[in-house]
Amino acid sequence: MLLENPNSSLMETPSLEEDAVHTSPSDSGESAPIIDIEGVDFHYGKSKALSDITLAIPEKQVTAFIGPSGCGKSTLLRCLNRMNDLIEGAQISKGVIRILGTDIYDPTVDPIELRKHVGMVFQKSNPFPKTIYDNVAYGLRVGGLTDKHGLDEIVERSLRSAALWDETKDRLKDNAMGLSGGQQQRLCIARAIAVQPKIILMDEPCSALDPIATMRIEKLISELKSDYTIVIVTHNMQQASRVSDRTALFYLGELVEEGTTEQIFQNPDKKETEDYISGRFG
Amino acid sequence: MAVPEHPFATKATALHKQESAIRVFLRAATYFILCCAAFIFLDIFLKGAPVVFQANFPFVNFDFLTKSPETLVVYQDGEGEIQQQSANQFEAMREAHPDGQYDIIGSYSYSAGGVLGPLIGTAFLVMICMTVALSIGVASAIFLSEYSRGGRTIRGIRLAILNLAGVPSIVFGLFGLGFFCYAVPNIVAEPAGRSLFHFQLPFSNSYLSLEGWDACMLAGGCTLALMILPVIITACEESLRAVPMGFREGSLALGATKWQTIRKAVLPYAFPGILTASILGITRVAGETAPIMFTAAVAHKDKLPWQDLESSGLGRLFEFFFQKVQALPYHIYTVAAKIPQSDYNKPMQYGSVFIFMMLVFAFASFSILLRIQFRKKLKW
Repeated sequence: MLLENPNSSLMETPSLEEDAVHTSPSDSGESAPIIDIEGVDFHYGKSKALSDITLAIPEKQVTAFIGPSGCGKSTLLRCLNRMNDLIEGAQISKGVIRILGTDIYDPTVDPIELRKHVGMVFQKSNPFPKTIYDNVAYGLRVGGLTDKHGLDEIVERSLRSAALWDETKDRLKDNAMGLSGGQQQRLCIARAIAVQPKIILMDEPCSALDPIATMRIEKLISELKSDYTIVIVTHNMQQASRVSDRTALFYLGELVEEGTTEQIFQNPDKKETEDYISGRFG
Repeated sequence: MAVPEHPFATKATALHKQESAIRVFLRAATYFILCCAAFIFLDIFLKGAPVVFQANFPFVNFDFLTKSPETLVVYQDGEGEIQQQSANQFEAMREAHPDGQYDIIGSYSYSAGGVLGPLIGTAFLVMICMTVALSIGVASAIFLSEYSRGGRTIRGIRLAILNLAGVPSIVFGLFGLGFFCYAVPNIVAEPAGRSLFHFQLPFSNSYLSLEGWDACMLAGGCTLALMILPVIITACEESLRAVPMGFREGSLALGATKWQTIRKAVLPYAFPGILTASILGITRVAGETAPIMFTAAVAHKDKLPWQDLESSGLGRLFEFFFQKVQALPYHIYTVAAKIPQSDYNKPMQYGSVFIFMMLVFAFASFSILLRIQFRKKLKW
């Protein structure tokens, strides 16, 4: 039935799904990594932005990327849904990124299909100047869903998941630009959820928000992790410690340390990590 | 003169004098422009408005707007009074009263009647021009701003666009003559000898010949389109660039293709800019004389473009677009420079220019209003 799996049309990406069966170690302990980054070097033209990053991101957990500005954490995030394809001269020069077992830079991978599985929420909330409804329905419509009833259903469900339904149910036909900053950002989350991705990437989603709006988004993130794998880039270490299960610290394009958030914040292996966490630099 | 007793008092040094002189000069240069504009507009208004408007009901001289240019006949009637009539009216009157006495003092071409023909002609030229220019211009702007990725070729293209904008309009006119009038493919029953290439191919029962379209509305519209193209491309590109990158990223991140992104998340928000630029483009092409001089315009034409078409069906459409037309700027050029000057053709000269200025003014205001309207509606 359409309503039960309204995104069935979006999910038809044989390369991703089938290869996953072949290569993912499906029953290795707790949760196999959904994203597997292996020895990745990344260049913007001639300047190297990431070097030799190896990182596994487990399914249905929140992984935080922290580190000072320019350390490459956003770059790595944008590699995961190939948003860096838009930037001229930007490319992965070495290494592999596998999502669900598939090398996402393989020539047979269509970045458009990939992005339907790997959604993204940006630093600056960027709702389209359309109605709230149209914003949430955007991804479904470009995916080919036109059934009014099905759209209504998913729009409501997505807005509910993003904890925005109660505030917006009476003004779905209003322009999204009229929402407050925090509401706009939650709308962007709702918009990303609507296409039912497996992974949601968040690039400093709260950096432009006040503490109360930030708190709501953080609460939302903890609710969403039961259904989605979330990777969040943040400047704010308290935020990382509040929302994430795992944390990876980046510095000057290198992965300094990664592990469970508890371990990173309370008992880091490396001195740099401790210095950064305790605020001695950065 | 008492110098005030504090350290900041103005000192009449050379530097101080220079400062004041420079200030006066800069101000004068600026106000000079204002004076020129005011003089031109006032002159046209004072002499042109009485031709188009009148003091008594219905206040607008509709004859001027609903008739095409005719020859003005000035004569002395039986009572020795000097009268003015258009050639047609004069002939009709002479037929009605053959025994009357008419001493013709002079006849002045294009000085009676009105500007309907040129107005209509210009309207069609502008429509053809904008259709061609917008479809090519918007397409190339989208390519340049959204699809292309720098590189030497693209830099070359941009340079070409810049240069195209600087080409004098008479050169476009000559190019249009050589290209659209004498070289582009045309389907004709009998190939004319004017082709630059003398290439012809039998095509059903006529010929496909590289002989061009001759001077006609279509050739003129296309020539104007070429001329306005750089302006349209640049304006469209700027409007596209003004759309925040976040809209494109947001759309792509939701799995939209590039074209879906452009169509749904970029073009709608660039549209106001494209529209206002196009309207301003209209006022520019509407006023161009040089590009249509050889390619489309005629000074005299009795019929409006849609009157008395001979063919039927598709041929009618061809005949319509393949005819020469009158055009307002060319009409102004004709009455101002091509006919003997006298006081009798002043009303036509000033009236035509006045009408044209009003049109430009109306389009420009409309464009500004639209922009204000869209700015209110679209905010991000």
